[in-house]
Amino acid sequence: MIHSLFLINSSGDIFLEKHWKSVVSRSVCDYFFEAQERATEAENVPPVIPTPHHYLLSVYRHKIFFVAVIQTEVPPLFVIEFLHRVVDTFQDYFGVCSEPVIKDNVVVVYEVLEEMLDNGFPLATESNILKELIKPPTILRTVVNTITGSTNVGDQLPTGQLSVVPWRRTGVKYTNNEAYFDVVEEIDAIIDKSGSTITAEIQGVIDACVKLTGMPDLTLSFMNPRLLDDVSFHPCVRFKRWESERILSFIPPDGNFRLLSYHVSAQNLVAIPVYVKHNISFRDSTSLGRFEITVGPKQTMGKTIEGVIVTSQMPKGVLNMSLSPSQGTHTFDPVTKMLSWDVGKINPQKLPSLKGTVSLQAGASRPDENPTINLQFKIQQLAISGLNPPLFAKEDWP
Amino acid sequence: MLDTNKDSLKLEAMKRIVAMIARGKNASDLFPAVVKNVACKNIEVKKLVYVYLVRYAEEQQDLALLSISTFQRGLKDPNQLIRASALRVLSSIRVPIIVPIMMLAIKEAASDMSPYVRKTAAHAIPKLYSLDSDQKDQLIEVIEKLLADKTTLVAGSVVMAFEEVCPERIDLIHKNYRKLCNLLIDVEEWGQVVIISMLTRYARTQFLSPTQNESLLEENPEKAFYGSEEDEAKGPGSEEAAAAALPTRKPYVMDPDHRLLLRNTKPLLQSRSAAVVMAVAQLYFHLAPKAEVGVIAKALVRLLRSHSEVQYVVLQNVATMSIKRRGMFEPYLKSFYIRSTDPTQIKILKLEVLTNLANETNIPTVLREFQTYIRSMDKDFVAATIQAIGRCATNIGRVRDTCLNGLVQLLSNRDELVVAESVVVIKKLLQMQPAQHGEIIKHLAKLTDNIQVPMARASILWLIGEYCEHVPRIAPDVLRKMAKSFTAEEDIVKLQVINLAAKLYLTNSKQTKLLTQYVLSLAKYDQNYDIRDRARFTRQLIVPSEQGGALSRHAKKLFLAPKPAPVLESSFKDRDHFQLGSLSHLLNAKATGYQELPDWPEEAPDPSVRNVEVPEWTKCSNREKRKEKEKPFYSDSEGESGPTESADSDPESESESDSKSSSESGSGESSSESDNEDQDEDEEKGRSSESEQSEEEGEKKKMKKRKKVPEGQREGSSSDEGSDSSSSSSESEMTSDTEEEQVEPASWRKKTPPSGKSAPAAKEISLLDLEDFTPPSVQPLSPPTVVSTSLAADLEGLTLTDSPLVPSLLSPVSGAGRQELLHRVAGEGLAVDYTFSRQPFSGDPHMVSVHIHFSNSSDTPIKGLHVGTPKLPAGISIQEFPEIESLSPGESTTAIMGINFCDSTQAANFQLCTQTRQFYVSIQPPVGELMAPVFMSENEFKKEQGKLTGMNEITEKLTLPDASRSDHVVVQKVTATANLGRVPCGTSDEYRFAGRTLTSGSLVLLTLDARPTGAAQLTVNSEKMVIGTMLVKDVVQALTQ
Repeated sequence: MIHSLFLINSSGDIFLEKHWKSVVSRSVCDYFFEAQERATEAENVPPVIPTPHHYLLSVYRHKIFFVAVIQTEVPPLFVIEFLHRVVDTFQDYFGVCSEPVIKDNVVVVYEVLEEMLDNGFPLATESNILKELIKPPTILRTVVNTITGSTNVGDQLPTGQLSVVPWRRTGVKYTNNEAYFDVVEEIDAIIDKSGSTITAEIQGVIDACVKLTGMPDLTLSFMNPRLLDDVSFHPCVRFKRWESERILSFIPPDGNFRLLSYHVSAQNLVAIPVYVKHNISFRDSTSLGRFEITVGPKQTMGKTIEGVIVTSQMPKGVLNMSLSPSQGTHTFDPVTKMLSWDVGKINPQKLPSLKGTVSLQAGASRPDENPTINLQFKIQQLAISGLNPPLFAKEDWP
Repeated sequence: MLDTNKDSLKLEAMKRIVAMIARGKNASDLFPAVVKNVACKNIEVKKLVYVYLVRYAEEQQDLALLSISTFQRGLKDPNQLIRASALRVLSSIRVPIIVPIMMLAIKEAASDMSPYVRKTAAHAIPKLYSLDSDQKDQLIEVIEKLLADKTTLVAGSVVMAFEEVCPERIDLIHKNYRKLCNLLIDVEEWGQVVIISMLTRYARTQFLSPTQNESLLEENPEKAFYGSEEDEAKGPGSEEAAAAALPTRKPYVMDPDHRLLLRNTKPLLQSRSAAVVMAVAQLYFHLAPKAEVGVIAKALVRLLRSHSEVQYVVLQNVATMSIKRRGMFEPYLKSFYIRSTDPTQIKILKLEVLTNLANETNIPTVLREFQTYIRSMDKDFVAATIQAIGRCATNIGRVRDTCLNGLVQLLSNRDELVVAESVVVIKKLLQMQPAQHGEIIKHLAKLTDNIQVPMARASILWLIGEYCEHVPRIAPDVLRKMAKSFTAEEDIVKLQVINLAAKLYLTNSKQTKLLTQYVLSLAKYDQNYDIRDRARFTRQLIVPSEQGGALSRHAKKLFLAPKPAPVLESSFKDRDHFQLGSLSHLLNAKATGYQELPDWPEEAPDPSVRNVEVPEWTKCSNREKRKEKEKPFYSDSEGESGPTESADSDPESESESDSKSSSESGSGESSSESDNEDQDEDEEKGRSSESEQSEEEGEKKKMKKRKKVPEGQREGSSSDEGSDSSSSSSESEMTSDTEEEQVEPASWRKKTPPSGKSAPAAKEISLLDLEDFTPPSVQPLSPPTVVSTSLAADLEGLTLTDSPLVPSLLSPVSGAGRQELLHRVAGEGLAVDYTFSRQPFSGDPHMVSVHIHFSNSSDTPIKGLHVGTPKLPAGISIQEFPEIESLSPGESTTAIMGINFCDSTQAANFQLCTQTRQFYVSIQPPVGELMAPVFMSENEFKKEQGKLTGMNEITEKLTLPDASRSDHVVVQKVTATANLGRVPCGTSDEYRFAGRTLTSGSLVLLTLDARPTGAAQLTVNSEKMVIGTMLVKDVVQALTQ
């Protein structure tokens, strides 16, 4: 299965390597660098690269490439899924998953990786178990450790490994028993330039933070479970119960976890709570263009729209833009031609707008591409699918 | 530091060493110092030492041996964690000398108390195997032992070991097959993936192919195929029930173990792990009967929202699947639309899928999307889009011209890459139908001045050469220009110049002789040997010389032979021979260690090998349960019997209640009738299985009945108050009702139940009547499970008997009469007719039920009649009839199929397959068959009509010929043309009919205002304007004939 893992930062340095079988020389990564060079952007590096003796499977997250080396046939998704799980685990352990953090905690990282795979086959990937085996570093513990000389490594077998609820450790105790559930929904919509929706779909997740003593068995039912069209569960949820009664019944892991993610089909069209009016024109004669966008709310059910960010990739011919926003801040990067405008809250009385001129490369002809406008926004306390609050949404605007 | 006594210092030192290892620096010098610490008490130091050992032991084998004794001690430790980690390290250090020790340790650990240690043992097996493959036999023994383990913890790991060590020993699985299936859901995700892919292979060797016997699932391919929402709501249970019922009825019996596998993996489609979902998807794709594969589409589409790497892999697989099973993903077409934020590789894969999914009906939307994509800034993507357009154009003839025009417009694009790509695609398209496109070739010829991309230039030159007759004037001119710039061209262009020169020389030697010679001599001294070769070869061929005369005579044939048009195919076309979801499939090349998916066996191997002595197994599981209290919650042995069963029974009771509620409108009458109806059906069963003769008799009867209908109608409708004893009771009921209605129209519906109850005698008569009216039907062929619903549907029809003109509704044959589907000659003796029976289709009320009459006039029996791969416009769906096993010469039979025309008169095209032949046939419904009658009172009618005015109203004036002025003729003609129910009406010269379209259920109201003079006005009110217009046309035609 997985032979080795290399962590490579965006400047092409291998800053961590781990081998589960015999050592694979890091020169194998040269093939990866080759592919990286060919791809213009980091996202475009193919996830699977065949080399004469090995296959390199990589994921790109948090500006780090996680490159797994494998030698024999294995379902690629198996490896990719595992790599993502590694990243999630790091994030869980250290809060963020970035190069400096990994470098600082290299020993813990190494120990965690050692536990996650045995001979290339995943061993313990549930963060509940891992945390029992190897305690995540906290400031307090570091202090205690340096004074007492005690260790980060647990000496007990994680109880979860043995029970049939491998995701939960036993003997959890809290003085305050609490459970929080976050419903996060994203709308993903493609809207054409005249403003009509081409596709829109809602993607939702329910994240839970459960701090309950003992071995609680929870059930969660929805007012309108039919809404959940296509669901995927944390392994703790009992499939059969959901299939027959549409009730979520589960013994939760301790701490934060993603209970389920769901999908509300695109068939019943989604009302998109914002609109963008745009007026972008380039003139042939002068090397100037006009640019104006306005963002406004639409069917928000009385909630305010916040965290609005508009980004747009300008055509290559654009040299610079001189714009003035009615609110928020905007930046234009002349190298990547990326315009981004942090709008903030939308005040329905006074709609935010961004106006100005675009200066084009002199002599070059009018760019014929239409810039795409991406719009991100958040609405608290509202579920667009009608399930439960709150909502995070993303919109696409070609 | 390592030599100190202080643990904290040791720890610090080890941490630094590990950090060095992590950065890839060599720390092997420290080996002796580190290895000493292996016995350290501090557990963290110990762990780090283990890490170090595993990394360097291979290089320093002798020194590593020093540590072995520590591990051996560890193996006996009471703490299972220590035992396990000792085994882990011991097996990981890869020192060949310790193989016997490892072997011993593994054997011991395999029978350890703790499942965790057993799991570690399972992990150790492949490690040992890779170190020393001679141990295989002993290892297989251990694997066999571990396979019998019943804890979920071990299952995944041991199957993994099995796959690495002895994947060919499939016999080891037999005994554990069912257990693995049942445990599957509780195994951790990684184990699930491995087990599922192993079971896929296993099933391929042990079970018969479910696809060889399509008919088996024809009862509900629809449902499973499109996996729509309602289906999902009540789907899993009912499907299972149906599936469970299947084997009892059909000759092909899906092995219950096969079914077990499919059923137990299905919930895993909802796993959070993409790998598991993919594994299940490939299992379904490779193992499930065609009709059930559809369920995976939704889950796969969900994965598209995941990380881009996951998308990449999933899209590759979807691309392959979409070639084979296009229908599966069609409903999700929009999910494959491209987002501006997608990475290029994802965009290109999505394009691939979109292109695969494009068909006649959705091509406009797809092309519109493509148009947007062409404006993208990502040039690679634009190029791919252009190619995609080219592929759509070749696949779908209808849009070829549109595409071609679009591509030609792109030629004026300012981006050279776009132009070049378009040229290449245009070339391919033109090759298919060159004659009409002289203009385009001319246009392309002009472009040679501007385009610099060699591939495009070469394509243009080739086109001009190939079709130089279409552009006789321009071609030499182009050659002249090219000759001028010959030396500066790329090789590929030069070759095409030579080609062009040769072709022109042959067709138009007068003008081009010198030019050709010039080009050839230039080429003769070219640097590239290919070009020199080509020049020499061409010269010999075309320039007549003394020796080569024979060849040059045929030069024209050689050069200007008609060339077959290229087929633009998906690059994923041939990938399906790799197991989906595998690395090899992704790379389209065999990866090391890839195991071919075996073909289905011809004969099923003995299923009894999987039998486990039942009592033992249950006992074991019980013990297991007792031992681990939580088990029952999750383990399947219990969960299965609980919720699943209830799920199984649920839908049925639902359908029962459905039938009740639907029959409620008919009240007591219908429910008491259901028994009779059943008997009736039984009779039918007998009848249809009889020989042809009796069939004919039945038909004659039918004819008689039909004659009877108009009589009844006349009596019913002409005399408003004459209560008539001769006609059926239902009629008498209705007449009395109409009377009442004039007094109290709103109470119509309420009225019916009491009348039904109060007249049991009358009911009987009506029943007899009905019995006669049921067509010589195919009901017996429809599955028992559906009977309840079909009954309900039938009953629904029965309740309508209350309305005045429903006899016509029940008449077995519609006005359209028999239509020919397949002529006797074309069908090689198989003649197929169809009629619209106007009966509600059992199973799906949105479907038009079509009776298909087969008769065999050849002298050999026709076998295995069934519907093959329907190619349907979007929305239209078919419920196939069950396969007709054999039709002996001279025999005829009838089958019912349901078609959901989606309220359009588009024809449903499908293949009619026999064992030897396939016939393409299509059924186009007359608009009148797309609706079902509804009953309403006059007031209701007026109310509804009031709502449907303006655009929704279509009026036509006509003159009724003398022959059709009488009431019954008018009514008969209208009802024959359209499946509408008559609405009572106060005035004598007005006729009203009402119906609902089958799919959308929108009302269709028809009013005919006939003057005694013969002038009449026909009004149709319907939301569906198209249907309205067509209906008016049809009715007018019927009435005026």
